[in-house]
Amino acid sequence: MPSNGSVSDAPITQFINCRILKEHTLQREDLWVRDGRILDPEKLFFDEQGYADRQLDCGGAILAPGFIDVQLNGGYGVDFSTPSEDPGAGVAFVAKKILEHGVTSFCPTLVTSPPSVYHKVLPEVKVQSGGVHGAGVLGVHLEGPFISLEKKGAHPEQFLRTFGGSGGVNPLLEVYGGLDNVSMVTLAPELAGSQSVVEELSQRGVTVSLGHSVANLSQAEEAVQQGASFITHLFNAMLPFHHRDPGIVGLLTSNRIPAGRSVFYGMIADGIHTNPAALRIAHRAHPAGLVLVTDAIMAMGLPPGRHTLGQQVIEIQGLHAYVAGCSVPEALEAASLHPAQLLGISHQKGSLEYGCDADLVLMDDQMVLEATYISGVEVWRK
Amino acid sequence: MRLVILEDYDLASEWAAKYIRNRIITFRPTAQRYFTLGLPTGSTPYACYKKLIEYHKSGDLSFKYVKTFNMDEYVGLPRAHPESYHSYMWNNFFKHVDIDPANAHILDGNAQDLEAECAVFEKDIADAGGIDLFVGGIGPDGHIAFNEPGSSLVSRTRVKTLAKDTIVANARFFGHDLSKVPTMALTVGVGTVMDSREVMIVITGAHKAFALYKAIEDGVNHMWTVSAFQQHPRTIFVCDEDATLELRVKTVKYFKGETETLCLVFTSYQ
Repeated sequence: MPSNGSVSDAPITQFINCRILKEHTLQREDLWVRDGRILDPEKLFFDEQGYADRQLDCGGAILAPGFIDVQLNGGYGVDFSTPSEDPGAGVAFVAKKILEHGVTSFCPTLVTSPPSVYHKVLPEVKVQSGGVHGAGVLGVHLEGPFISLEKKGAHPEQFLRTFGGSGGVNPLLEVYGGLDNVSMVTLAPELAGSQSVVEELSQRGVTVSLGHSVANLSQAEEAVQQGASFITHLFNAMLPFHHRDPGIVGLLTSNRIPAGRSVFYGMIADGIHTNPAALRIAHRAHPAGLVLVTDAIMAMGLPPGRHTLGQQVIEIQGLHAYVAGCSVPEALEAASLHPAQLLGISHQKGSLEYGCDADLVLMDDQMVLEATYISGVEVWRK
Repeated sequence: MRLVILEDYDLASEWAAKYIRNRIITFRPTAQRYFTLGLPTGSTPYACYKKLIEYHKSGDLSFKYVKTFNMDEYVGLPRAHPESYHSYMWNNFFKHVDIDPANAHILDGNAQDLEAECAVFEKDIADAGGIDLFVGGIGPDGHIAFNEPGSSLVSRTRVKTLAKDTIVANARFFGHDLSKVPTMALTVGVGTVMDSREVMIVITGAHKAFALYKAIEDGVNHMWTVSAFQQHPRTIFVCDEDATLELRVKTVKYFKGETETLCLVFTSYQ
């Protein structure tokens, strides 16, 4: 049955027999897609007198927005921070593989590196839409080098930097070589001169994240007031929560967050980086801010024993709810809606509202992935 | 008239849905000869629609060659508003069945020229060959569609101002805020429904009992507009026990006897 051609001749697909994530719950509703976007079927019926060209039976599965990973350092033998002949090809390779895990958009992440690496890699990693070739690249996440020596974690000490006295983003432009295609920067706000950096980055539309830092709560709150909106892997590489100065962790319940703004926090929900009980405390304190990230490294996807970084192999089995105690819709939103809200793209991604891109994942009740779609096109099936 | 009395709301809804289903099936509609159905909204027909959807999903009933005409729609309420009758029909019926969107007619309460909209609706009904079966409900004040007390019994599709009773009854759909309830509506006229070849009125609940009494045991009166159907050659009233509470025992006994016969007749071509 062809659709009425009054608005568009593009074919309409109707996903039937599924439970979709809508209004924070799983609802038994059909999902309609046209031109890679989610379609309002009521408008289609009354305005266009149209209907679906084909129906896809989902077999009772859960249909959720595709996952968005804002912290992914590499995988399958590729390390984004290690320059290779063709950095773009490395990103593309990983982008294709992560479709199997339901990730439809991501931010390739570069850890602290010397300027030469940034100058070589950044121009090759461009923002681009996803498709059968792989997940979409939303922009690069630069984690470092403007971070704390004390909390460098696995970052190489010799390449850490400070902002210097000039103010503004010039030191960043020097080190990175430019801010094109950059969607997020992680920095330590206690470094002198950070305020103007945070402010200017925010004004340029770059998400500022606090991490690898020994900032106290006051310094963190100031950074938020300048525009910072994310915390990189909460609990890890920052001062521990202390009842007289909760540090960065205290942002979850701070009353000095500007009105209308929210602080999001990344969680590596593998049960290893953070004790599940600590995860639950954070989730209960500020459920709307939880963003699930993998912080996957190049060893992801490789058999055990082949990794070279000396860190644990983190096998990612889809973004499982290690966040024990939260509901399925909440876990799904932490992997899709919240990262989209963080990046300011929730009108387009991370949600099944009408008009959003039809980036979807199909999964069973155990959250085992069955298929991945980008712009309504199937890009992976189990 | 026929008065069919079932024990409760669910059974009454099922009976009504089966009647509609059987009418459509025995009519054998085709692309050259559509079955035309008049449809209501509100809480009364809700379970009936659920049953019709069930019959469709089980493969027994198709709406491919059915044209529908809804009774009414609020004036000035955005079509996408959850309480508009467009939303009601989409969510509770159209999206679950295979009706062609071009055949689903609902009055547009946001039309530029409301009178013209009503005139076109009447014309669309005439062009479709008239209505085979008009399904309706009854308001607590005895109105059919939005033909409030005092409406002409030969009225056509037009704009009506809603009575206070109706606005109060509808407030529950607008957060109990009277100021949010629309005050005007487009509605088919009593005459429009009288023109149908068959009429089925579904009435359930004790709060409708007095209206039912007025409609079928009292005289034809424009204050209780459903009473007009006393003069229609083929009307069925489908009720539950509670709706008969204001009727005479004699009336109920007579029609209950008849119902048993009717049900036997129906089971023979289910």
